[in-house]
Amino acid sequence: MVISNMPEITVRINGRELTGRPSQTVLELALENGIEIPNLCHDPRLVPTGSCRLCLVDVEGQRAPVAACSFEIAPQMVVKTETEEIRAIRRSFRELLFYEHTGVCTTCDENGDCKLQRYGYEYQLADEVFAAGQVAEHRNNYTTGNAALRYDPGKCIRCGRCIRICQEVQMDHALTFKERAGDVEVTTAFDMPLNDSTCELCGQCISTCPTGALYERAALGKGQCKDLKRTRTTCVYCGVGCQIDLNINTAKNEIVRVTSPIGCVPNDGNLCVKGRFGMEFVNSSKRLTSPLIKRNGEFHEATWEEAIDYVAVRLNEIKAAHGPDSIGGLSSAKCTNEENYVFQKFIRTAVGTNNVDHCARLCHASTVAGLARAFGSGAMTNSIDELPGAGCIFVIGSNTTEAHPVIGLKIKEAVVNNGAILIVADPRSIDLVQYAKLHLAQKPGSDVALINAMMNVILTENLCDMDYINERTENFDAAAAIIKDFTPEMAAEITTVDADAIRRAARIFAQASSSSIIYSMGITQHTTGTENVLSLANLAMITGNVGIESAGVNPLRGQNNVQGACDLGALPNVYPGYQSVEDPAINSKFQQAWGMDLSGKKGLTVVEMMHAIEEEKIRALYIMGENPALSDPNLNRTRKALEDIDFLVCQDIFLSETAEYADVVFPSVCFAEKDGTFTNTDRRVQRVRKAVASPGSARDDWQIICQVATKMGQPMSYDSPSDIMDEIASVSPIYGGISFDRIDTLGLQWPCPDKDHPGTRYLHKGKFTRGKGKFHPVEYKYPAERPGKKYPFVLSTGRQLYQFHTGTMTRKSAVINQVSPTGYVEIRTEDAKKLNIADGDSVEVISHRGKVTTLAKVTDNIESGWLFMPFHFCEGPANMLTIDALDPIAKIPEYKVCAANIRKAGGRN
Amino acid sequence: MSKDSVKDSAVDMELLGEILSAFGQVDSNDLIPILQKIQDSYGYLPRIVLMEFSKRTAIPASRIYGVATFYEQFHLEPHGRHTVRCCRGTACHVKGAVGIAEAIEKSLGIKDGETSKDMQFTFETVACLGTCALAPVMMVNGTYHGKMTPNHIQTIIESLKSSQGEG
Ligand code: SF4
Ligand code: SF4
Ligand code: SF4
Ligand code: FES
Ligand code: FES
Repeated sequence: MVISNMPEITVRINGRELTGRPSQTVLELALENGIEIPNLCHDPRLVPTGSCRLCLVDVEGQRAPVAACSFEIAPQMVVKTETEEIRAIRRSFRELLFYEHTGVCTTCDENGDCKLQRYGYEYQLADEVFAAGQVAEHRNNYTTGNAALRYDPGKCIRCGRCIRICQEVQMDHALTFKERAGDVEVTTAFDMPLNDSTCELCGQCISTCPTGALYERAALGKGQCKDLKRTRTTCVYCGVGCQIDLNINTAKNEIVRVTSPIGCVPNDGNLCVKGRFGMEFVNSSKRLTSPLIKRNGEFHEATWEEAIDYVAVRLNEIKAAHGPDSIGGLSSAKCTNEENYVFQKFIRTAVGTNNVDHCARLCHASTVAGLARAFGSGAMTNSIDELPGAGCIFVIGSNTTEAHPVIGLKIKEAVVNNGAILIVADPRSIDLVQYAKLHLAQKPGSDVALINAMMNVILTENLCDMDYINERTENFDAAAAIIKDFTPEMAAEITTVDADAIRRAARIFAQASSSSIIYSMGITQHTTGTENVLSLANLAMITGNVGIESAGVNPLRGQNNVQGACDLGALPNVYPGYQSVEDPAINSKFQQAWGMDLSGKKGLTVVEMMHAIEEEKIRALYIMGENPALSDPNLNRTRKALEDIDFLVCQDIFLSETAEYADVVFPSVCFAEKDGTFTNTDRRVQRVRKAVASPGSARDDWQIICQVATKMGQPMSYDSPSDIMDEIASVSPIYGGISFDRIDTLGLQWPCPDKDHPGTRYLHKGKFTRGKGKFHPVEYKYPAERPGKKYPFVLSTGRQLYQFHTGTMTRKSAVINQVSPTGYVEIRTEDAKKLNIADGDSVEVISHRGKVTTLAKVTDNIESGWLFMPFHFCEGPANMLTIDALDPIAKIPEYKVCAANIRKAGGRN
Repeated sequence: MSKDSVKDSAVDMELLGEILSAFGQVDSNDLIPILQKIQDSYGYLPRIVLMEFSKRTAIPASRIYGVATFYEQFHLEPHGRHTVRCCRGTACHVKGAVGIAEAIEKSLGIKDGETSKDMQFTFETVACLGTCALAPVMMVNGTYHGKMTPNHIQTIIESLKSSQGEG
């Protein structure tokens, strides 16, 4: 929330003079100042209803006590929260509540965290609360058999918070009260099982329930709230970077449940299914616990000394025989900033090459390349919490509610509560379409045509911001020259979007108070990925939408720390902080900092490394926490490369598909077992904290790397991750002011150049990072592979809500496996009919590169002629099919478009 | 589920279409009148019709269900000609409501929440019928019968049965 220049209101509560903000309620102001007022139906995320009547207070001038949660403060108001009369009224309401409550606190999981229990104790309603009471008869309800949630009507006080949060925040409308009088219960429509309803298993309802009525089923009996230790850390799944509390049963070293503090940045206590229910992998019995060395094709456990020795010797041999550039390293967007820093430093110093990259290449390399060219900085220009203030939000190529669910909430909030206009450009009818004013279903791979045509309208209808263009940008004329000819009619041919819809979209975008572009891999994963990004940058600049609040160009980063891995130089062309390896001045700065000669030649990217293995140019690969054997395009080729390579080292928490190919595997610790930082998608550097002990002899990634480097003859050592961050700050100006101390309670957004800098909410204010924003003329080009006779469909790949990436972590969650057990391919109803394919049929999907068997999901959310497959599933890996054609600038593969065919499994061609 | 869908396949969606088009642009305020119309046309509120209603109007199904179960006038199951209600509230419980319910179930041959095969009777129990002084209480088609005994039940129900067909 932005609190600047707001008038202040002075109020007296219990004799204390306090200052509040307009439209703040008495309850909010009191709680903010540590004055306790009992409340049961209040949650700051919800519209107050004033239904439990516990928060009654005395306000001078009011005839009767008022509900503090729904009464707004006014100047000079005098409030008393604890009079005899009020205590008496509260007591009677509370008795009523206990009348409904039939649970027993001594055996309740919520014990210690339950508001009802707390007030019961405070008001000495001992008999009602602590008596053995009648235990409610067990009847089936909407959560019976659900692996995620358990609803116990006996402990439900009918406050309705669960229902309201599902409506107002998650906007899923899964829940309702049913019946009346004494029979009221929470349920779904028609009491259907939760997983059959519109529920997305976000668990927001659990988070708001003031009693133990709603609880994580898997957490039942694993330790009462009063005994659990909470450790604040950052979610390990996506780039939103939600703050979570891991609730630990310390005696058992086990994560019992995941909660999130209301009011935290950026997620305000809200999470998605992965963050809330996806942590089972930490305690998995499949975790690696000892180093492994492969001999005669089989893994054998080894000591750390042996394994480190072996790796150091082999790497030195290969380096001596074939030169440092014959070795490559893949760093990890899952690992911390500190680990990424240490990894790239290891590759650049101990090995002596710039062959270091990571999976950002596969998701946002084109963002980094495109936005750096246009603006000078390749990251989200604006902050997540600015979204609710936008006048128009243009979502293109991002299925936000599934891939970045908590940012999805902000977009819904902007539209439903604040009246923002949403435009969605996506070939599929994604969830956000129901909130959109316009849905442009452009053909996959036709984005440039669509964006150029929007700019054409803006230009011809004089809707551009000429002052902005003249003052803040350059090269406009070159871009305008191409745009001039790109009429909506032309674009309609290419994109199949109606020309008038393009016109309307352009006008809305240009005329809104501020317009924010949100995009993701639907834009980047193309052979024209960089050009797509440049087009969006053009669109934002032509309307003056960069460098102002609630606007900008906002790429949503996929992995939890893909932003950080890029920032910290796990890229073949830049040192930490996007400083070019080819710039002699910068090169010498790093030579000095790291105390040795460094290569000034940029290295190979992920897919280039895989291809270089075929040519025997790369002979050894060191992979930290990545799984290219499932995530890279054209898997058959990638897997062959991994098989053929001379020497492969993997550092991972599981024996992943990739680690299977390794010569040596080091067991590392996972996010819940280490300290460090992640940088989320809006450039916020946030803490990761150790909550549980790691299994077996697993070690921190940075320690393993330091030990290998040292063994290779290049001593590296640090006392702690905080120590590493201090070194990062000293060499990387955008992180210059960041230290563990400063981000202890609230993360900082880079650029943060010095210790007094407050961090940066939005970029390019007043001036672009590169000086002037640069327009780039972009011509439309076809995708690398187009459908034809043999492969008449366009296949696209992507993510879905429940799973993450290659599924190594999410697929260990019972909750997630219950709702998302298998992979599938989406196909439009009429296409399926023609091929005699029914929903749930086993089908074969075939491309030039391979064939996979999976299940058909027949739907109308996808256009005819198009197939969609999530890539999380190793038993039907979508990437067997995808093409490894690359964007020539950013070298990102075209995951979003390849030609394919589909047929019923078992049938003939 | 499967029982439902067999029943559902016989439902005519055109009736719903007519009802909705008569209302024009539908919003949540029209919920109760529309449910009344649906019940008039179909005799009760079939689940599949309500789901379709939700789909066509974007009024959440959970909301529709909440309203449909809140008002006594709405029935989610096909309903018998006579509705027999028995109170299981605290006052009635103390005065032997369990025996009353059993007697009703015995003489009707159906359990709580069920409708007889010949569509003559529906039996349901209720949390409190609001006339605790008359406990134990039974209600037939909106008429209260207080201070019940199993014998009384027998008589009342027999007389209802013999009135069958007289409409
Ligand atoms: S888990 Fe989320 S979507 Fe599901 S019922 Fe609860 S609040 Fe609604
Ligand atoms: S389940 Fe919890 S949040 Fe929902 S109504 Fe009951 S007590 Fe309130
Ligand atoms: S939105 Fe992303 S960061 Fe937040 S809980 Fe879900 S996966 Fe984790
Ligand atoms: S908290 Fe104010 S009425 Fe419930
Ligand atoms: S308890 Fe039966 S009528 Fe009230």
